[in-house]
Amino acid sequence: MNPLLDLKLLFVTGKGGVGKTTVASALALLASQRGKRVLICEVDAKGDVAGFYETAPTSFREREILPGLFAMTMDTEASLREYLKLQLRIPVVGRIGPLAKAFDFVATAAPGVREILTVGKFCYEVRERHYDLVVVDAPASGHIVGQLAAPQAINSLVKVGLIRTQTDWLLEILSDPRTTGLVAVCTPEEMPVNETIELAARVRDETTVQLSAVVVNRVLPELFGRQEEAVFDALGGPGPLARLDELVGGDAAPVFDAARLAVTMRRTRTTHLDRLRQGIDSAVPLLYLPYLFTRSHGLRTTRQVAASLGEELGF
Amino acid sequence: MAAERVSHRARAGRSAPAEPGDRPDRPLATSSAGSGSMDGLLATKEIVIACGPGGVGKTTTAAAAGVMAAVRHGSKVLVLTVDPAKRLANALGLDGIGNTEHRVPDEAFRAAGLKPRGELWVAMLDTKESWDALIRRHAPDKQTRDEILANPLYQNISGKFVQSHDYIAMERLYEIHSESDYDLIVVDTPPTRNALDFLDAPQRMADFFSSRLLRWLIVPYRSRLVNVATKPFYSIADRILGTEFLADISEFFILFQSMYDGFVERSESVGRLLSDRRTTFVVVSTLEAVPLREAEYFAEQLVSRRLHLGAIVLNKVLPDYLRGSEGTAVADAINERSDELSKLLAPKLAAVDPAMADTDQIARVLGEVADSYLNFQVVALREMEERAMLSVVPDVLATVPFFDTDIFDLAGLVRLGEQIWD
Repeated sequence: MNPLLDLKLLFVTGKGGVGKTTVASALALLASQRGKRVLICEVDAKGDVAGFYETAPTSFREREILPGLFAMTMDTEASLREYLKLQLRIPVVGRIGPLAKAFDFVATAAPGVREILTVGKFCYEVRERHYDLVVVDAPASGHIVGQLAAPQAINSLVKVGLIRTQTDWLLEILSDPRTTGLVAVCTPEEMPVNETIELAARVRDETTVQLSAVVVNRVLPELFGRQEEAVFDALGGPGPLARLDELVGGDAAPVFDAARLAVTMRRTRTTHLDRLRQGIDSAVPLLYLPYLFTRSHGLRTTRQVAASLGEELGF
Repeated sequence: MAAERVSHRARAGRSAPAEPGDRPDRPLATSSAGSGSMDGLLATKEIVIACGPGGVGKTTTAAAAGVMAAVRHGSKVLVLTVDPAKRLANALGLDGIGNTEHRVPDEAFRAAGLKPRGELWVAMLDTKESWDALIRRHAPDKQTRDEILANPLYQNISGKFVQSHDYIAMERLYEIHSESDYDLIVVDTPPTRNALDFLDAPQRMADFFSSRLLRWLIVPYRSRLVNVATKPFYSIADRILGTEFLADISEFFILFQSMYDGFVERSESVGRLLSDRRTTFVVVSTLEAVPLREAEYFAEQLVSRRLHLGAIVLNKVLPDYLRGSEGTAVADAINERSDELSKLLAPKLAAVDPAMADTDQIARVLGEVADSYLNFQVVALREMEERAMLSVVPDVLATVPFFDTDIFDLAGLVRLGEQIWD
């Protein structure tokens, strides 16, 4: 069995448009269905996670949206307030506004400061064992490395001070392959595959987090085997196709055109899949999710994706 | 910020806006909605900014528009791109040239079966290099320049700070537009967390450098502790960040202060260029629900900010033949009668190759073909529904069909470009 769901902290990333939030939502749902107490957190605050569960918008304060499944949205100001209260015991009640503004300002100039508040919140939830699993709908692959490498960035910029002393336990949690993992989502298309291969290398070189799985989303079904394809080609030839038109009393050409499109689409995608397999360390499992020919994209779809993920994970 | 971003869920109830005036009852359409052409748009504008959600083919669409303007209008065109696919970068000769503008040779056009007209130039956006150039331009003297370039905070900002990409893309555009003689500049925008980030980037950069907090940070350290207003901030900031780090920050800003006026003025000019009459925005999306919502939100924002929304390009749209009702009837009939049909068709196939007379196999293939049609039809119909519900319809609404192969050369770009042109 793939131990993916036995980790405590999962960051889910991917290029825009590949289904990163779908996969994060489905992973969290799957874990909760299997009896775990799960927190899913949206970092980009676009409100997508709420859409995938068809629930009211989420906020920084986590809320149980399905049995055992809690959801929240990252908010660095709220995270700063919590951090000051819990970690530094600094009483800032009522004065958070100007302080947050100041902090925001410093954070704009000093990268890593904002990121550490985000990553710090998740690590905190993990350290305190509030949940069995924290799933993060993380920033897109272009930005995730900066976030995961934030503790090191802080370490190199800040020599003393409370923030510095806080980075050590964060690094410990992030670096433990039995605790923390990164899931990269991609589709079998040129750019997403390139970006995933690049991401895998950067995660290895610039962070201490392990890449735990690559989820390949929207894999088209294989229509025919080799011999069947010859039959398909022959059926689509002028003679047989004209006969078929007669037999069904309509134009069958569009139906064959659609199948031809499906075959070429799948073939193009197969070459990208091959590149992905070659470009990723063979120890990293690849999980395949089928292309969904459905109308909706709400909770029903999330359940479908969760079921497919469950199958891929051997449940 | 969460508050600024209307959630998809809240926005899903199109027919009934949450509040009066919150959403228009009728599409935000111009009088000539959907009737214009990209040909006409690109002939009248100097700057085209391609924007939209990630993964929809924005880079390719921007490049295709640029190639078309060069070939059809005979214009001198620059395509300023951010992150092209490797093969496309190779085809355009972009590999490893970074920030420098580079002309696509006429031979490349001839090789693609095109008659070279006009000039096609391409450049890639190198954030770090662009920042360094900006510092060199604005630094008052050589020493300040070198100190900034060597400052660890500066290196972090220019190399890693995500929002700095947004700013630098717009800054580069301004620089090229004011210093060169292109008829048309097509800009591909960087992938952002939020499609709007780059619109706000110039203003944010100006705000940042004119902030009161910045002045607090750069007063000499001693006077901070006696200043009643700033003392609480510094005592907490000291505890969190450490005095040394604060000193680093101060030093960085003191260095930057010398360039303050230049920076603020410059970012204001960049902001003005975005709302200039010569500038237009082309929003690119697919007809999938999530990216389309994002694109639509972006288009609405452009309209409400009085920026020129020139076109919406709907990319990777499934072909029309998937939506015919006749196709559905045929596919259903094939599915239901696959056994019978396979027996009737077997002699025809046996005539081609005796090995293909296996009726079970023919029935299976027929079933797969019909199912595949019906499957894709579900997606195609959903796409049409999404298109019909678009809340913003600019003069130009272009649809690009799904290409079954990747686009990675000039010929491919023209193939795409022809779809959006007329």
